[in-house]
Amino acid sequence: MSLLEIKNLSLSIHGTDILKQVNLSIAPGQIVAVTGESGSGKSMTALAVMQLLPDGAKTAGAIRLNGSDMLGRNENDMCALRGAAIGMVFQEPMTALNPVKTIGDQVMETILIHKAMPPRQARDRAEEVLTRVGLPPDRFPLSRFPHELSGGQRQRVVIAMAIALRPKLLIADEPTTALDVTTQAQILKLLKGLVSEYDMGLLMITHDLAVVADMADQIVVMRHGEMVESGATGHLLQHMKHPYTRMLFEASGHQVYLPEPAQSRPLLEVTNVVRDYRLPRKGLFEKPGHHRAVNQVSFTLNCGERLGLVGESGCGKSTLTKAILGLEEVQGGDIRLDGQPVFSGHKPNLAVRRKMQVVFQDPYGSFNPRHRVARLITEPFHLLDAPVTGSERQDRIAEMLTAVGLSPDDAGKYIHEFSGGQRQRIAIARALIIRPELILFDEAVSALDVSVRAQILDLLAELCEAYELTYLFISHDLSVVRTITDRVMVMQAGKIVEEGDTDSVFSDPQHQYTKDLINAAPVLPDIGRDVA
Amino acid sequence: MLRYALKRLISLVISLAVASVVIFAVIEVAPGDPASFMLGVNAQEDTLAALRAELGLDVSKLQRYFNWVGGMMVGDFGTSYTYRTPVSQMIADRLWVSLPLALYALTLSTAIAFPVGIYAAARRGKPGDLTVMGATQLGIAVPNFWFAMMLVLIFAINLRWFNAGGFAGWDKGLWAGLHSLTLPAIALAWPQAAILARVMRSSLLDILGEDFMRTARAKGLSRRQALWRHGVRNALIPVLTIIGLQFSFLLAGSIIIEQVFYLPGLGRLVFQAISARDLIVVESVVMLLVFAVITVNFLVDLAYAAVDPRLRSRT
Repeated sequence: MSLLEIKNLSLSIHGTDILKQVNLSIAPGQIVAVTGESGSGKSMTALAVMQLLPDGAKTAGAIRLNGSDMLGRNENDMCALRGAAIGMVFQEPMTALNPVKTIGDQVMETILIHKAMPPRQARDRAEEVLTRVGLPPDRFPLSRFPHELSGGQRQRVVIAMAIALRPKLLIADEPTTALDVTTQAQILKLLKGLVSEYDMGLLMITHDLAVVADMADQIVVMRHGEMVESGATGHLLQHMKHPYTRMLFEASGHQVYLPEPAQSRPLLEVTNVVRDYRLPRKGLFEKPGHHRAVNQVSFTLNCGERLGLVGESGCGKSTLTKAILGLEEVQGGDIRLDGQPVFSGHKPNLAVRRKMQVVFQDPYGSFNPRHRVARLITEPFHLLDAPVTGSERQDRIAEMLTAVGLSPDDAGKYIHEFSGGQRQRIAIARALIIRPELILFDEAVSALDVSVRAQILDLLAELCEAYELTYLFISHDLSVVRTITDRVMVMQAGKIVEEGDTDSVFSDPQHQYTKDLINAAPVLPDIGRDVA
Repeated sequence: MLRYALKRLISLVISLAVASVVIFAVIEVAPGDPASFMLGVNAQEDTLAALRAELGLDVSKLQRYFNWVGGMMVGDFGTSYTYRTPVSQMIADRLWVSLPLALYALTLSTAIAFPVGIYAAARRGKPGDLTVMGATQLGIAVPNFWFAMMLVLIFAINLRWFNAGGFAGWDKGLWAGLHSLTLPAIALAWPQAAILARVMRSSLLDILGEDFMRTARAKGLSRRQALWRHGVRNALIPVLTIIGLQFSFLLAGSIIIEQVFYLPGLGRLVFQAISARDLIVVESVVMLLVFAVITVNFLVDLAYAAVDPRLRSRT
């Protein structure tokens, strides 16, 4: 008998259909991955099992745990099951823990709330599971607060809470999406180990197909609340039937072909740049300490070149970006664009500033929701001495919207009328409209679904052809950087540790850190692409 | 934690020093000579000079500032120009009314607001919540002097449970004192409780949407358990801010309520002193209120750190 069985599960929230006829089953010791793009209903499937659905949710069908139906249970019964029979791990470790309680209290709470054992034993159990997830009490005492831990360590605490009572079923909703690749590899290994050790069933929700292929015994592919395909991992990867599945795998490993860069003069010259942040004083009269976020970084970006910058969170990528944009003053070194310093005196140099534009990660937060698209994308005109007006302004708006694959009619709309991918197109239009010499893409495709990401990458390749773009592409996603750049720099702890042609760095990494990064990144199996 | 407290304490001392200079400067530049005001327009020049010397007005401004501050440090607030009694004594008498009244009102408003706010947040959008929201809207909108008069009308005149005004004094016992402060405390607490309940509700609603609340539910906590164990303490930070502001207001801003209930409080003292150009009293009371406000803020800062460990580790 299977551990979890979902039969013809349908879900609607306030009358809107969210899930339609979902079927899946998990055996003890088995990992089942549910994958799909945002809005596919994969998270809702997980929440339906937990019965933690939003208000107004109506379910039909059956969810059986060890043969007994969950949908008919009352809230008290569900409280007794949650945490004890089913554990759950969430996506965002930075916010999944209560900031005002110690990690020990939070792990022990799982045990104590179910009255599974007296407080003394609960404490021992908490120490035991924290040790199991890699946080031994001699280095991570139970009295630590969440803010004293890194993202990966917090996710370990969340996992410890979920497995404290050895549940039969563990649900992990995008457990590694918010983590760096090396941390992701460790967490995935931990989950895999726990599944075989405790003979748990693991229902894993993830959009990352490389992770799916690496982890799962069974795969369920969902779209718009419906299952499009499911099966054993090896079999499904070799015999994809549904075009959507094929499209997903295709898009995940999407490659673009950049035009040959025009070999020419240096555009951006970064020389020995140092950026220090002041730390709070340790003592009342002591000098404040410094954190060196960017340490003696030097590189040159030529006109027409596409340069990548990769590294894990906290390595100084974003700090370097801000310094290049002239948003923050540097403590040492020199940044020049076309031979002009980006910072003159203690002020950003406007003459240089207008030659640079930036596209940010978050397609939802980086637009003023009260402005129309026409106003949003013409904002960079403020940087010009003679702002473009009248019919020329209209022409430029129309040209840019067309160039990024939208319609000139979209100029009159508000930003909430667009999807995430369309918004990122608008962000690119905004960056391009004053024909900057350099564009910085700061994790510009990281928040997008794979199919949308593939489209945006295609768009960038087209724009490279049409406008001879020069850009610096900052990302933690190695596969994207690999296809969209000519040259790449690897950054670790404020320093550039490796630099070279993208292909040679990826195929023959020299620095140990680069090797670690490449090894930790989950790889899409070739079979998926061969079939597609 | 100790370092955090020490830092807050240093900032408290600096604020007090700056405040004393500002208060002294503002009040000293106000036109009008207290001596001639006290003796009338027909006073002899030598009488005026003698009075100025007696009041300590004949030395330089700088000297007067240091005399004033130095005196306050040892509890000597000078002598009232009009009543010729020590200011410290006048303030102490009034403080024994105003401080208990403020604490009484604050206790009442907190005791009402916390459960009401939590109740409303737990029942968001349901009839219980809507009733609370309506009632608190009314509490904020109704002027408190009118509310005070209604209290007098109902509980003093019709039901005769309380006196309509005046203060019995603490020498008649704790109960007699509290009894005469009850109606004013309710009148003061009512709008404050309404504001505080709303803040508690919205702060808690923000917290209920946090990821860690969902984590708590996934551990097997019921809605109610998650709310009490993980919600309330996190929701306290904005609530503490409002409580700090309210205490300061209650201490100094109860002048209207003191007037309605004929209470000999600080508010009335300042009002009378300003009318009589009794500068030394005004200066001293204002300084005392500033001291109270800054001290309350210091306590609120400490309370933040007690609630939120992230502040403790930040030096």
